[in-house]
Parts: sequence; structure tokens; C-alpha cells
Amino acid sequence: MYGKGLRALSIATIAVMAIGLGLVFFYAPLDAEQGFLQKIFYVHVPLAIVALCGFVVGAVMAIQHLRTRDSRWDLRSYVAIHMSLIFAVGALITGSIWAKGSWGHWWVWNEPTLVSFLIVFLLYATYQPLRFAIEDPERQARYASVFAITAGAFVPMNFVAVRLSTAYLHPRVLGNTSNLPPRMALTFVTCLLGIALLYATLCMYELTAKHTRAQLRALRRLTDVPAAGGGRLQTQPRRSRSAAPTLSSTTTMSARTAGRPGA
Amino acid sequence: MAAVQVERLARRYGEREALSDVSLSLEPGRTLVVFGPNGAGKSTLLRVLATLLRPHEGSVRVFGRSLPREAWAVRGRVGLLGHEPLLYRELTARENLRFHARLHNVGEARVEELLEAVAMTERAAEPLRTLSRGMVQRVAVARAVLHGPELLLLDEPRANLDPAAVELVEPLIGASSGLTRVIASHDPAGGLAEADLVLGLRAGRPALLSPATEIGAAEIAGLYR
Amino acid sequence: MRRTVGALLRKELLVELRTLESVPGMTLFALTTFVVFHFALNRNSIDGDLAAGILWVTLLFAAILGVNRLFVADADQGGFDGFLLAPVDRSAMLVAKALTLLAYLIAFELVAVPAFALLLLGPPLGQALPGLLAVLLLGDLGVAAIGTLVAALTVRTRARDLLGPLLALPLLVPIVLGAARASSPLLSLGRPGALPARWLVTLGLYDLLFGLIAYALFDFLLED
Repeated sequence: MYGKGLRALSIATIAVMAIGLGLVFFYAPLDAEQGFLQKIFYVHVPLAIVALCGFVVGAVMAIQHLRTRDSRWDLRSYVAIHMSLIFAVGALITGSIWAKGSWGHWWVWNEPTLVSFLIVFLLYATYQPLRFAIEDPERQARYASVFAITAGAFVPMNFVAVRLSTAYLHPRVLGNTSNLPPRMALTFVTCLLGIALLYATLCMYELTAKHTRAQLRALRRLTDVPAAGGGRLQTQPRRSRSAAPTLSSTTTMSARTAGRPGA
Repeated sequence: MAAVQVERLARRYGEREALSDVSLSLEPGRTLVVFGPNGAGKSTLLRVLATLLRPHEGSVRVFGRSLPREAWAVRGRVGLLGHEPLLYRELTARENLRFHARLHNVGEARVEELLEAVAMTERAAEPLRTLSRGMVQRVAVARAVLHGPELLLLDEPRANLDPAAVELVEPLIGASSGLTRVIASHDPAGGLAEADLVLGLRAGRPALLSPATEIGAAEIAGLYR
Repeated sequence: MRRTVGALLRKELLVELRTLESVPGMTLFALTTFVVFHFALNRNSIDGDLAAGILWVTLLFAAILGVNRLFVADADQGGFDGFLLAPVDRSAMLVAKALTLLAYLIAFELVAVPAFALLLLGPPLGQALPGLLAVLLLGDLGVAAIGTLVAALTVRTRARDLLGPLLALPLLVPIVLGAARASSPLLSLGRPGALPARWLVTLGLYDLLFGLIAYALFDFLLED
């Protein structure tokens, strides 16, 4: 199910990112005010945009999970959110570097996007601890979905609120991309595409890995010898508690097209 | 129409199967007694029938209504007496029962009636935390039958009850109540005596299912080995 | 539905009156925090932004105490099952709990806000009071909605006392933001400024949005 287009996706990602990098260093013009440092914008802003979209995508998948009760949606939601969290950290770090370079401080409160990001990061950082704190896997998935939807709704509201409260000093390069000179715009869009592809590829890798592991477990269970009393022996040691969702064996089995071996 | 109709019910807890391939059919007014060692799935089965847990596979019909889709139609007609009394320790017996009465849209007169029936009228105004376990269990019985359920789900109902109390609650939850009952029990001889139908569970799977007349206490005891 | 909410509310308030677990604790916490602030800031009187900020942060942290305890009695004493077995609309529990939390907030603020005016606030509160009450109400509504949702999310987890605040505080930032900005001109020296309408609107919209979200999602938290 997963893993089919993975190679093509990876190649596309590397290609686009390579082109993007080339454009950044050799094609895009040097910014009049900020000089070379401005080029970090081509990494920072795409990371931020992709992270935010990822959080919202995670929320949408959580809605699907609650509607269909299919644990595969929960897995997708989980991967989307924790990958976005990593990208969000990247956005915070690059934003901080940019701030230091432009305005001399590692952190500025006058920059609403950065501040909103910090709050969003603090919220989503509780996602995995929350999951980890619930042992029943079905309840864990359900509660995580509720959280994902709440947090997903929170993201835009938070940005609005913080923006209202601060006088912005963020260079408004993103506000109107029409203001961007065409060479910068092209570079920016390419980098955005590259980071988006990177996000998609990493997510697919993780989904494939988890799915494969679940299929492996399902196969192992099929080869378990039924004990005399009717129970099943565990050939694998009991899995320790984890924050990551596990696909139930039936959804994994139905996803396979092959029939039961030896039936 | 069967009061309880279960077909190939499965309920998972993560990767473990709490219930698997359970089927049974119970006529109105009859008593099903479920035996099995700890962790066999007896309480899970009761909770599924009580609409507290949704079935993962298979079908469950109570009074002809399919769960979980039509659970709302079943809720007021089922009474559960589980391990927990489902009562607030800081409130008095009367306050607890009145609260449940309001939730089920039952009049206050019924509360007094039941307090009388379980011989708790005298101590109905004391917080539950000051009462003994046996008394709390009596109030729990009152709570379970307060709304006049047609199906009783009893999880080891006689735990914590002294013989006098057992006699007291018999007309409410015993065979003489005439209600359809599903009882989880650890007592092969006693349970068998009041059963019409017997289900034995082991590790979530049905190990035996038979009318009570065709089975003996020895076979039931075999479940626990 | 109204009957169910009424029954639940009665039960909640009865339990609280018997145990006095939430409101006195919240009140005392707020009073003590004001004293701590006096020493930490080394100021005898504050006004404007600083006053608004300290007031709202203190109210927020005290509210968290109430949020932590909101579902504990139900989770520990099997109250959810009792409710789930009843043929009632399950959202009634959300409404009842949110109203309960709102009642707790109003109750403790009746003491905490005058205490704040007495202990720390420089300018007199008189003229600004109606405006401040409006801000308090809007802020409390938001805290009640979000607090109830977060409490339900965390009550049946390990480390629930820790996870609750961690989840709630980021979600409550916009409320603190709006409420503090709205209160700030009211608490300024000299003639109190006008109530900034846009912050009230923001608060109101935020309250509405999260009220609706909580209402839509609450059922999923109750079932097993």
C-alpha cells in the first residue's frame, strides 16, 4: 500500500531541492538592506508554511479518524503532526538566526509570526506526552485526534490574535509576493516546493516503515501456535508502552491482498 | 425475539483480544451466567451489553436494537451493577439516588421506595464514605434497578453482601425479579443453580456454551484449571 | 437536555460544597500570588499594562487549579459510567462542567479581584468596574470552555496534573492576550481609558469558536 512511489518521490525531492539551492546562491539577487543573510528567508519561510500546513493536515486526518474509526487515519495524523513539529523547530531556529542577523537579538517579541510559532510549538510539544500517557491504544488514538483537531483550529486563531497585538517589524516579503522581484519569487516558490516535497517524502518513509512493521507483527501472530487451553502464546515479548500508534491487526490484514497462508 | 442476541462478538484492547468469537442468544426472563478466570472477558462482555463499550467485530442486539448504532434506545432499559458502585462518596445515599433518578427521569417516590427495599432508609442521609462496603453495595443495587430496567447486568453481585443483605436484594436482582439477567460469577455451584444458560470464557474465547440443565459444576470448575 | 444539565449542576455544586476542594484553593492561591508579586516586583502599586498582566496571569494560574480538579471525582469514583448509562444527551456533561467551572471562576474572582484592587492596584477601580466586569466575563467564558475540554482530555491519563496545564496554557494565551490588552486602559492612572472594542470582539469570537469545538468533540472523550 505504501512504499510504491517512494523512490520517485525521493528523487523528485532531491532534484527540486538541489535546483532550489542553486537558485538561492546563484540566481536570486542580493537583498539591498540585509545582504547575504536575507537568503535564510528561503529556508525559514517555507519551513514555517509547510509546518503550519502540516498541522492543519494532521487535524483533517484526525477528523477522518474520528469519523471512520480507522486506525490508519490516526497513524497518518500522528506522522503529519510530529513531522510538522520537527519542521516547526527548524523554522524557529532559522527564524532566530535571521533575527539575530537582522536586528541583533536572538529573539524578538515584535515579530508576530515568530511569537505565534513559539506558542504553537509549545502546544504541539505536548502531543506525544499526551499519547504516551494513555495506555489503551484505542483511547490514545481517539484522544490524540481530539487534541489534533483542537490544536489545528487553534493555529489560525493564534496567529490572528498575536498579529493583532504586535506592531509588526517582520520584513513583509511574504505578505505580497507580488512585491517580490520575479527572480526572488521564482527562487522562493522553488524552495517552497522543495521543502514541501521533503516533508511529503519523510512522512511517506515513516508511514511505510510503520505499516511494514505492523504487517510483520500480523504475520508473526498468524504463525503463533495456539496453546492447549485455547489462548495464544506470545512469540514476541510484550511491546513496551509507546506514544506512536499501532495499526490493529485486522486493518493490516485487510490491506493485504494475499489470502491467509495455509488456509 | 431474543432479549440478547450476540454473534461473533470481538473486542480488542490494543493488540490483545479481550473478547473473540462470542455468540449467544438469551430469551427474555432468562438468566445467563458467565464463568471464567480473571481476565477472561466477563466484565468486558457485560460492559459491551451495557453499551459502555462498542463491539469491534460481530453483532450485538439487545431487545432487537443493534449496538452501537442504536445504543441510545437501549440505555434506559439496561441496569449495570459492576465492580464499582458508581456512586459519589461525598454525597449521601439519598442524594446519589436522587441524582440518578433525575438523570433517568424517575420520580423521587421511587427513590424512597428503593431505600426502603434495601433497608437503607435510616442511614440515607449520611455520606457514603461513612458507610460500610456492604451498605454501599446495597445502595448500588438500588441505583442499578432505580429506572426499572428490563435487562440486568450483574458482575459478581453478591460480593460484599452478607446473607441478610443477599436476601434483601433478591426480589430486586434475583431470579424472582422476573427480569432478563446476565451474571458474571465465580461460584460454579451457586451460579449454576440460578442459570438457564451457561457461558464459559477463557482468554476472551467461549470455552463452553450450554443450557444449564445439560452441564455440571465439574465442567465449569474445569475452566479455572 | 436542560433537565440533565440541571441535575448534573446540582450534583457538582453539592459535591463542591461538601468537599470545598476547588474554590477556596483557587482563592487562596490568588491572594498568596498577589503577595508574592508584591515582593517579587518590589512595588507598592502597579497600573496599566503591568497591572492587567499580573491580574490575568494570577487568575489564569488559579483557574488551572480548578481545571485540574474538574473531572477528578468522576474519574475516580466511576461517575462517567453512571452518566454514560443514562439515556441522555452526552453533551450535557460538557455544558454542566463548563458552567460549573464558570461558577467557580466567578466565585473566586469575587474575592480575588477586590483583593487585587486592595493590595496591588494603584488607580481606584470605581469607574472602570463595569468594563472590567465585561472583560472578566468574556475571559472566564473562554477559560471555562477550554478548561473543560482540556480537563476531560487529561483526567484519565498518567501525570494528569502536569499535562493539564501544559495543554491548557498555550490554548489560553489568546485569552490572556485579549483580556490583558482590554483591561490595561481600564487600570491606568488618570482617567481610565475606553474599553478597546476589538479585543472584546476577539475574545468573544475565540470563546465562540472553542465553545463549538469543545461541543463537537466532547462525546469522543467520554466513550470507552
